[in-house]
Amino acid sequence: MSGNHEQMGKTVKVRVFRGEGGQGALKEHDVPVTPGMVVLDAVHHIQAADSGDLAARWNCKAGKCGSCAAEVNGKPKLMCMTRMDTLPQDQPVTIEPLQTFPHLRDLVTDVSWNFQVNKTIPPLNPKPREADGTYRMAQMDIDRVQEFHKCIECFLCQDVCHILRNHKAEDFAGPRFLVRNAALCMHPLDTEDRLPDLKDKFNLGYCNITKCCTEVCPEEIHITDNAIIPLKERLAGRFYDPLAALGRVLKGD
Amino acid sequence: MTESYETIQYDVLVIGAGGAGLRAATEAAAQGARTGLVSKSLLGKAHTVMAEGGLAAAMGNVDSRDNWKVHFRDTMRGGKMVNNWKMAHIHAMEAPDRVKELEEWGAVFDRTADGRILQRPFGGHQYPRLVHVGDRTGLEMIRTLQNHSIHQGFGIHTECVITHLLKDGDRLAGAFGYWRTSGKFVLFQAKAVVLATGGVGRVFNFTSNSWECTGDGHALAMRAGAEIIDMEFIQFHPTGMVWPPSVRGVLVTEGVRGEGGVLLNSQGERFMFRYIPEMFAADVASTPEEASRWLAGDSTARRPPELLTRDVVARAIRSEVDQGRGSPHGGAFLNIASQRTPDYIRRKLPSMYHQFMKLANLDITKEPMEVHPTCHYIMGGMRVDAETAHSRVPGLFGAGEVTGGMHGANRLGGNSLSDLLVFGRRAGLHAAQFAAGQNGFAAIDPKQIETAQQESLIPFHQAAQGEKTENPYQLLADLRTMMEARAGIWRTQEGLEKGLQELNTLKERASHLSVAGGRAYNPAWNYAVDLHNMLLVAEAIMVSALHREESRGGHTRVDFPTSSSDLEKVTTVVNLKDGGLAWKKEARPTMPDELKELLK
Ligand SMILES: Cc1cc2nc3c(=O)[nH]c(=O)nc-3n(C[C@H](O)[C@H](O)[C@H](O)COP(=O)(O)OP(=O)(O)OC[C@H]3O[C@@H](n4cnc5c(N)ncnc54)[C@H](O)[C@@H]3O)c2cc1C
Ligand code: SF4
Ligand code: SF4
Ligand code: FES
Repeated sequence: MSGNHEQMGKTVKVRVFRGEGGQGALKEHDVPVTPGMVVLDAVHHIQAADSGDLAARWNCKAGKCGSCAAEVNGKPKLMCMTRMDTLPQDQPVTIEPLQTFPHLRDLVTDVSWNFQVNKTIPPLNPKPREADGTYRMAQMDIDRVQEFHKCIECFLCQDVCHILRNHKAEDFAGPRFLVRNAALCMHPLDTEDRLPDLKDKFNLGYCNITKCCTEVCPEEIHITDNAIIPLKERLAGRFYDPLAALGRVLKGD
Repeated sequence: MTESYETIQYDVLVIGAGGAGLRAATEAAAQGARTGLVSKSLLGKAHTVMAEGGLAAAMGNVDSRDNWKVHFRDTMRGGKMVNNWKMAHIHAMEAPDRVKELEEWGAVFDRTADGRILQRPFGGHQYPRLVHVGDRTGLEMIRTLQNHSIHQGFGIHTECVITHLLKDGDRLAGAFGYWRTSGKFVLFQAKAVVLATGGVGRVFNFTSNSWECTGDGHALAMRAGAEIIDMEFIQFHPTGMVWPPSVRGVLVTEGVRGEGGVLLNSQGERFMFRYIPEMFAADVASTPEEASRWLAGDSTARRPPELLTRDVVARAIRSEVDQGRGSPHGGAFLNIASQRTPDYIRRKLPSMYHQFMKLANLDITKEPMEVHPTCHYIMGGMRVDAETAHSRVPGLFGAGEVTGGMHGANRLGGNSLSDLLVFGRRAGLHAAQFAAGQNGFAAIDPKQIETAQQESLIPFHQAAQGEKTENPYQLLADLRTMMEARAGIWRTQEGLEKGLQELNTLKERASHLSVAGGRAYNPAWNYAVDLHNMLLVAEAIMVSALHREESRGGHTRVDFPTSSSDLEKVTTVVNLKDGGLAWKKEARPTMPDELKELLK
């Protein structure tokens, strides 16, 4: 951590996007650097110093709520978990709003579409309890589901996924909600058949496994390897494998 | 002149979308009430999301000796006996059912070897009792409630700030506020309102709390004529991060100590053995050797002293620092690396591992952390009836951190998440019943709306006049520094009196708050509005602290270092009278013998 002390007394140039409804420009500020400082500290400094109305979302400042997503030097990041000393020191730091969602003001975008998609996922439909009133689940069988439940809904993965970002495919649930579907599919208590929805409503097939989502996830969820690919395999098993389809007919599945 | 505004009607309006608000709204809707929920931030982001260690419920899955009676006893002893014993009783009895319900709604808690819900040891709990998911229990809880809620047919309004409660005579008539995204005004007419606005941590400089914890609900309740109790009792969590400055105050979960972490001073001494209060001596290990046996699972060994209640551990750390035995950045060392394998630490404390790695460049599987007490929780809040969660203002209900009484002078870890569910449900239920008994909506007084609008817009008008102006960010910083110095972990009469004088200056400055820019998503304006709540809450804390001349739980008076058996019998009550803050001491109801028996 010795490097931090050397930065004392230094300033860094920070350029923040200011504007409304997609219109606007970067505005440059000199920000004093303190040890261990994160990008969100720079935003707070700018607000307190001379731009009180600079709009930015944040809640916990501890990487737990997923509110402070933005594009730092063009990369989707949590501002509260991005240390200034991990960014190139010799050039200005650029902070912009997420590009995939409609812009509201400064660093704030309209992420409501995500909440609408979430609502279309049928909730857990649990099987009955054991005779003793408990649910029994082995830790081994829930490790994967717990990995998916780490999601803090920062929507960085949604921001980076090219199907949403470039193709604006609103009929694609996006990586976040494929993860949520996977968590429900692999939930030991769930009795719902979710594969038809994944195929036709959430359009799992659009994903071409570029893994960009996995790379940006601050919770290090293996979105593609552990959620999307297993879902694709299940889907293929159900709908495209003629032998499996025959088996289902015979078993009355 | 009144600006036009939107009007939305509900039988029950719930203010706050943390654990308490989500559970309340779910229940009110289940009772058939037309229900709406508002929150300052987006859904699923409320402060509850940060909870780490777990949720306390005496299920007895790990140690079958546990039951509600032991939980009740632990809660009362942890609260230094001044809890509302009716609430503590209901809480201990109902918590297990609320956990089972969460599981049915999709929560996936860590498991025992035989597949049941695993429970972990925590400070002040006699048996392993905290239902948990690693160290991200709050996330599991809020996401489960959120994903369940969205299918219950109630209205959800996010990024909406309630600034005023409206009344028709004695009765509550609705709530007024603004949308953060547009800055436009909105009126919610409601037959009953549930306050679930959380805590006040942001009035202190070093806090584990999120930005929303500005005490809005405490202030709204006072202005609506409700009584607030126990405001002197603030929990300083023993282990906040110390270094680097950017993260000072961020929480290090008690789970670290629950999993065996030890506290050391700069001399390498495990100092907690020197700070065991008499009241707990019988329940706590007397040697490091006994503590190690406990960690290894020996059920005849007693808990390590690091797991004493939070007030005790926080004072001990602060004393070590004051006496010159602190760590390089003014804290104590917390070491888990010497107690558990790296694999175990990464599995049981993943977010702590991540948090220190990312923010402090420190690997907790190899090195000790530096920790210092941080403002974490307020035990005080709106006085409500234990059974119904109803305040003394007809139609105003409350649940969660905004209410007072349940936790007495010190809250046990894990008892908040269970409190949110138990009393959130009760508040929703009784608010729905109250609403069903009303004959239509109460009248809305246009004068009250005009005043509400004017008060909210003052910071814009003053900027236009070009007089002496105050920056909300600066005022906020000054308030927080003052509170840390005057009403922090150590308090004195002199300090509190000075604090109250300084507060008067801050209040005067607040009348000159001025912000630039428009109303749409303008954080300077949002803070300027919140600041009036924070100033009122700060005053309530200091007045209550000044008038409790003893030390108890989260209230430590250096000039009155011991607890007084007389003051154990009273509650501090504050309310607003003729525009000023009034306080009184009130006798606490005596406990029935069958509950007293349990405390022995
Ligand atoms: C880091 C950390 C870890 C913790 N760990 C634990 C733990 O392991 N176990 C435990 O039991 N407790 C824990 N706690 C305490 C616990 O998390 C809180 O006490 C609890 O979450 C409070 O919940 P709540 O529902 O009362 O309010 P909150 O979750 O704070 O929610 C308040 C809601 O009210 C809304 N609101 C506030 N004011 C307004 C307004 N004016 N208008 C509209 N909406 C408003 C907010 O937007 C928010 O939605 C922890 C606390 C912290 C800080
Ligand atoms: S892997 Fe699939 S979901 Fe993830 S970013 Fe690529 S296309 Fe999108
Ligand atoms: S999956 Fe990861 S990146 Fe996507 S929303 Fe969740 S936490 Fe964020
Ligand atoms: S503010 Fe909560 S994740 Fe950054």
